Amino acid sequence: MKLIILDHYSQASEWAAKYIRNRIIQFNPGPDKYFTLGLPTGSTPLGCYKKLIEYYKNGDLSFKYVKTFNMDEYVGLPRDHPESYHSFMWNNFFKHIDIHPENTHILDGNAADLQAECDAFEEKIKAAGGIELFVGGIGPDGHIAFNEPGSSLVSRTRVKTLAMDTILANARFFDGDLAKVPTMALTVGVGTVMDAREVMILITGAHKAFALYKAIEEGVNHMWTVSAFQQHPRTVFVCDEDATLELKVKTVKYFKGLMLVHNKLVDPLYSIKEKEIEKSQSSKKPYSD
Amino acid sequence: MRGGQGAARAPVIQFTNCRILRGGALLREDLWVRGGRILDPEKLFFEERRVADEQRDCGGCILAPGFIDVQINGGFGVDFSQASEDVGSGVALVARRILSHGVTSFCPTLVTSPLEVYHKVLPQIPVKSGGPHGAGVLGVHLEGPFISREKRGAHPEAHLRSFEADAFQDVLATYGGLDNVRIVTLAPELGHSQEVIRALTALGICVSLGHSVADLGTAEEAVQSGATFITHLFNAMLPFHHRDPGIVGLLTSDRLPAGRHIFYGMIADGIHTNPAALRIAHRAHPKGTNTLSGSIAPMDTCVRHFLQATGCSVESALEAASLHPAQLLGLEKRKGTLDFGADADFVVLDDSLHVRATYISGELVWQVEEARP
Repeated sequence: MKLIILDHYSQASEWAAKYIRNRIIQFNPGPDKYFTLGLPTGSTPLGCYKKLIEYYKNGDLSFKYVKTFNMDEYVGLPRDHPESYHSFMWNNFFKHIDIHPENTHILDGNAADLQAECDAFEEKIKAAGGIELFVGGIGPDGHIAFNEPGSSLVSRTRVKTLAMDTILANARFFDGDLAKVPTMALTVGVGTVMDAREVMILITGAHKAFALYKAIEEGVNHMWTVSAFQQHPRTVFVCDEDATLELKVKTVKYFKGLMLVHNKLVDPLYSIKEKEIEKSQSSKKPYSD
Repeated sequence: MRGGQGAARAPVIQFTNCRILRGGALLREDLWVRGGRILDPEKLFFEERRVADEQRDCGGCILAPGFIDVQINGGFGVDFSQASEDVGSGVALVARRILSHGVTSFCPTLVTSPLEVYHKVLPQIPVKSGGPHGAGVLGVHLEGPFISREKRGAHPEAHLRSFEADAFQDVLATYGGLDNVRIVTLAPELGHSQEVIRALTALGICVSLGHSVADLGTAEEAVQSGATFITHLFNAMLPFHHRDPGIVGLLTSDRLPAGRHIFYGMIADGIHTNPAALRIAHRAHPKGTNTLSGSIAPMDTCVRHFLQATGCSVESALEAASLHPAQLLGLEKRKGTLDFGADADFVVLDDSLHVRATYISGELVWQVEEARP
């Protein structure tokens, strides 16, 4: 894995956004070659989404040839409920960028046949050519998406009942009323995310520190499902200082020492504007070298 | 198939780079319009999977619901109360000219007139939707003739009336019918007025109190019978007195029917009402304020003056000219708001609340002439 440690939440968000930007631009997506991006919800990725929106507004990044697949959605919550993940994605990302609605995919928690909906989602990912980069977060109980402790590490998209830890963590979005929090959700499986060609996990805040410790310094364990990514060939963990509080000093020092190398992934920072300039310049060459 | 099939094919226009008045606040949001109505873009995105067909940059301006003037007696040389063979042209002229003031709907107002005038004029002012031809006519406001002699103001004394014994029939006979009528201003101290108020309210006509010497008790009784509006508060009524606040006391009366509050119009042109009086009324009852122009000062001038005189928020000043008149007339689902599903009647304002452009049903019906270099 690459463990990227930044000082504060804002810098971690920015690093992650820059990384996504570079990956999309270097992939050079087009009408026959979409960049498939897996996306999370929650408070952790908000800063990253804001930066990505900024890059779009500055003309440095476009989502025209990007297809997105969200990780999860509550069961039984109306799509237009302010706390649904559809609302979250619309308000915090989709409405600010140039993505076409047909290229976005979010599980429908109100489908008549929930498992069929999940199976169809897996098919859509397959039809899109698989996920190029799956961005996710981590729960305080070490879960990825809603793969609660005890979820199979080779699971696929399915219905899950939420663990008490998750319900407690999410209560703040429902006026602090536990009774209002949905108890079930549709979620991509651990196996589904493992199938992605690359995985990036955003982890910020001291309250996530223990989960991060369990995920990367202890063994692969279905009680801490993020630990499954120890067996993925290309995983990046992007954290702030506070999230590393439960790690060994040795681990933190090692990865901080690698920042010189890892920062080359975001510097130089590419822009579609340069691609425009490159295109026009290369067309001016009368002869090939 | 649902009836909206035709509307679903209409182009989607997205107004960007603007602040919209929604939910009592100015939000940095885009305004989406389709088929003459305000559209929910989230629903469009997730259900229809569509994007906008056209984007229009609003240059950072404020988008507010179109202003609604419930009391306008004429203007631009036209007097609605003049019996003419072609009242329609006069109304059309005013309707077109007030677009530049940001008014998208209005109630042409007739002052106290002889029976012949009502019988001749009323049928010539039908309810009409707005558009490029002019602001929409919501219905006529009949200010008089059942008003107080002492407080008639500029109304002709000869044509004032009080209610005969069969009061409601008298009303019908006077006006010649109540089609096209939206608001009636009367003085509640007149005999038999309470039954008239009840009858008019039952027909869905808004009853307003004005040009009256009523005391607070009589005014409260009128509200209990159904009155919901006060015509140009402070003007043409008894002044506030600490032992009997008169009609003005309705703003803070605790004897109104539960769940109801009174609306009141104020002419905020800098002349009819002292700024301190505007402030007292607005602070006492901010949810009831309706800005009126009364054909003297343009509506947008009144909005600006009201803002400056009361020191209220921009949102409050805009709601007083749009949302509150719509609520008064029970139209708040369609007019006076930028909520999803409402008619796309809106006005583009700069930060000093000058009108830059006016839209009715999503169509540009007026815009300021830019000085060309």
